[in-house]
Amino acid sequence: MASSCGGSGGGGGGCGSQCSSLRDSPSVVGEEGNEILEVVENASVSNGHRSILRCSKCGEETAVYNKLCLDCFRSFLYNKFKVSVTSNAMISPVDCVLVAFSGGPASRVALQFTHEMQLKSQKNWDASKDQQQPLPVFGVGVAFIDERAFYSANNSEIDEAIEEIRLTVSTLFPPAKQLYVEPIEKLFSLDLIEGKARLRKLLDTIDDPTGKDDFLHYLRAISLQKVASENGFNKIILGSCTNGIACHIISSTVKGQGYSLPADVQYIDGRWDVPVVLPLRDFVARDLIMFCHLDRLRTCQIFHQSECGINYLVSSFLTRLQEENPARVRTIVRTAEKLSPFGFNKYKEYISDDMVPSRLRSKVQNLRASESAPLETLCPICGTPLCDSDLVNLKNRKCQVECDVFVSYCCASCRYQIVPKEEDSFNNFYSLLPQLFTRRVKNGLHVDHNQLREQVEEFLLSDDDEECGDTA
Amino acid sequence: MATMEKARRRTTASSLCAICNQNKAALKRPKTAQQICRECFYSVFEDEIHNVITENNLFKSGERVAIGASGGKDSTVLAYVLSKLNHVHNYGVEFFLLSIDEGISGYRDDSLETVKRNEIQYGLPLKIVSYKDLYGWTMDEIVKAIGLKNNCTFCGVFRRQALDRGASLLKVDKLVTGHNADDIAETVLLNILRGDIARLGRCTYITTGIYSPNAYRGFAREFIKDLERIRPRAILDIIKSGENFRIATSTKMPEQGTCERCGYISSQEWCKACVLLDGLNRGLPKLGIGRTKTINGGGGSGGVKPGTKSRLSNVGMKESRTRSRQYSGSVDF
Ligand SMILES: [Zn+2]
Ligand SMILES: [Zn+2]
Ligand SMILES: [Zn+2]
Ligand SMILES: [Zn+2]
Repeated sequence: MASSCGGSGGGGGGCGSQCSSLRDSPSVVGEEGNEILEVVENASVSNGHRSILRCSKCGEETAVYNKLCLDCFRSFLYNKFKVSVTSNAMISPVDCVLVAFSGGPASRVALQFTHEMQLKSQKNWDASKDQQQPLPVFGVGVAFIDERAFYSANNSEIDEAIEEIRLTVSTLFPPAKQLYVEPIEKLFSLDLIEGKARLRKLLDTIDDPTGKDDFLHYLRAISLQKVASENGFNKIILGSCTNGIACHIISSTVKGQGYSLPADVQYIDGRWDVPVVLPLRDFVARDLIMFCHLDRLRTCQIFHQSECGINYLVSSFLTRLQEENPARVRTIVRTAEKLSPFGFNKYKEYISDDMVPSRLRSKVQNLRASESAPLETLCPICGTPLCDSDLVNLKNRKCQVECDVFVSYCCASCRYQIVPKEEDSFNNFYSLLPQLFTRRVKNGLHVDHNQLREQVEEFLLSDDDEECGDTA
Repeated sequence: MATMEKARRRTTASSLCAICNQNKAALKRPKTAQQICRECFYSVFEDEIHNVITENNLFKSGERVAIGASGGKDSTVLAYVLSKLNHVHNYGVEFFLLSIDEGISGYRDDSLETVKRNEIQYGLPLKIVSYKDLYGWTMDEIVKAIGLKNNCTFCGVFRRQALDRGASLLKVDKLVTGHNADDIAETVLLNILRGDIARLGRCTYITTGIYSPNAYRGFAREFIKDLERIRPRAILDIIKSGENFRIATSTKMPEQGTCERCGYISSQEWCKACVLLDGLNRGLPKLGIGRTKTINGGGGSGGVKPGTKSRLSNVGMKESRTRSRQYSGSVDF
């Protein structure tokens, strides 16, 4: 989930071009950036002559971007981030959050602002130490998923990049932050050489290039979960921005996952052991790239999106659409926003009200009061909620063998692009699949068909229930 | 599932038609991924269309039904199948081809040629209705009046409504137009791109035919072509997504009213065509060009019978309540 601009929603497809334009050297900005740089230059040239482009907010400094000076641009972005975090109750004072960091601009901004929020509450804590019940300060950790086993990537370059990341994280102090560099092959074995071999073997059983791409995405997500739960984090912050999410919306639609799509475009995704939050959902890549550039936040694109398959096609399509109308990605996300989210997209946590600042209390209570959500059956590979036709298939299937049961729980998209069709190949696939995937169904195995039917019925009845509640 | 996949592989290997087992397989059925020969494809396709027609009582004996004919592949296939089924199953329907002459010199000649060939081939009478008949202006005259720059607006609005108005002019009972899976997939995508949530859920049942002159429509079409190349089933997957979108019940379809002037479906007092025509007739062609908040989906919203939900072989048909309401239906394959 830490790919491209710091992570895309939930199933492949980053915002390729914008972010990759930064890949070669941090000083070169992509097409959109160039035009902005011109504005900056114009401003300084015109300085001596006629009008100077003043910041439209403070009226003092020279405007550098969107008619704002750097300071005003920075506080605009930071406040937007803060509102996103607080109004969706993403971080509570008792939380320990893990920021998924890819090196790209989006996750760099997420890390920066999370740090600044933490720093501010640390200062508040220091100032109010003597008073009663000062608010505790939330903890922050950083995770980088090392995916080089997936790509045949140049080792020394990646080592250098990781050193760079280590340096970046060490400067975000105080409070000090731990960096976790997690090799993706560790999901397969504690022995990294064996793990890498198993990963490569597993990838060989997946024919579809898009399937391979998406599978990496799921591996990354599950690695983050693993790092978080092993190290006591209770939230994961992803840097998915509007562009990445728009890509995900289109690619999900293309993969037939229209039903589950709203699950991946909300601020909160609570379907995993450790809930995932997306504070940058309403930020466009262009703003984030420009901010990193102007504020000299170092970014680098370490792993590159593969240039074939559906996800690549979708991101090139969106690049073209944006050239025609830069606001298009927002429209796309706004469209998907109107689809009904799932129960696990709602805030639910059981922290005492004392922990929540008083001005947020009613908000949190409202969020919490929302009805207990019907249980969704999730695909063990990608985690998307199964749609009716998948559920009907599942209900009618009478499989006994463990691996067949696993397949019957998979969504149609994973069955098509990931699960191998041939028997030998499939057996290989299943035997190599990390337990974190297979376990999801083994737990589900105890759900018998009656229970499953109840789940479906519960889902169907939920509308009526609500109506009764309203009229009563 | 595993056994079905095995069966599929077997047929792939033999590359003989899965139905007759005699001819070489030529194409893949989208629904089942079976490889079948051209002859069997046609007979399967015809059976499906026939089933949908009879199950939903789409035609009654003695009805006059217009087949929207553009000269394109879809409408040609549609004309062929319907006229054949009419003979074989004795629907007793009076089918005829309806084509629109926009009055652009040179432009429509080719497609009108195809339509005329269809007329002879399938023994269906052809009626051509011109823009002049419908609007009082040919496209050439409109261009002359307003210049090339803005004529896209007119093209879009007028073309969207032309078939419906033509059908209405000829007092037909029903109008059938051909839409293929690509068109539906494109509509799903376009609705996402323009944020049209209200149409998202139903767009697969609507025969929109909204030919907005926007550039992104062109991009979307190319995108779908590219998708189809690397993953043919993507088209069907997009349609599946469109059918499964979780639409909150509070999201309403835009109010459906009719134009005060001409009775055509419109959410405003006057429909877009009437606004444009009014401007044209008063010598103010710029009137009505520009943004309007509601997209007046000429091809119409409003449901096709839910019973016709059988994917990819769905003949949708709207009965007309008043003569001026439009009639439309779709055949997808
Ligand atoms: Zn300023
Ligand atoms: Zn799946
Ligand atoms: Zn055959
Ligand atoms: Zn009108």
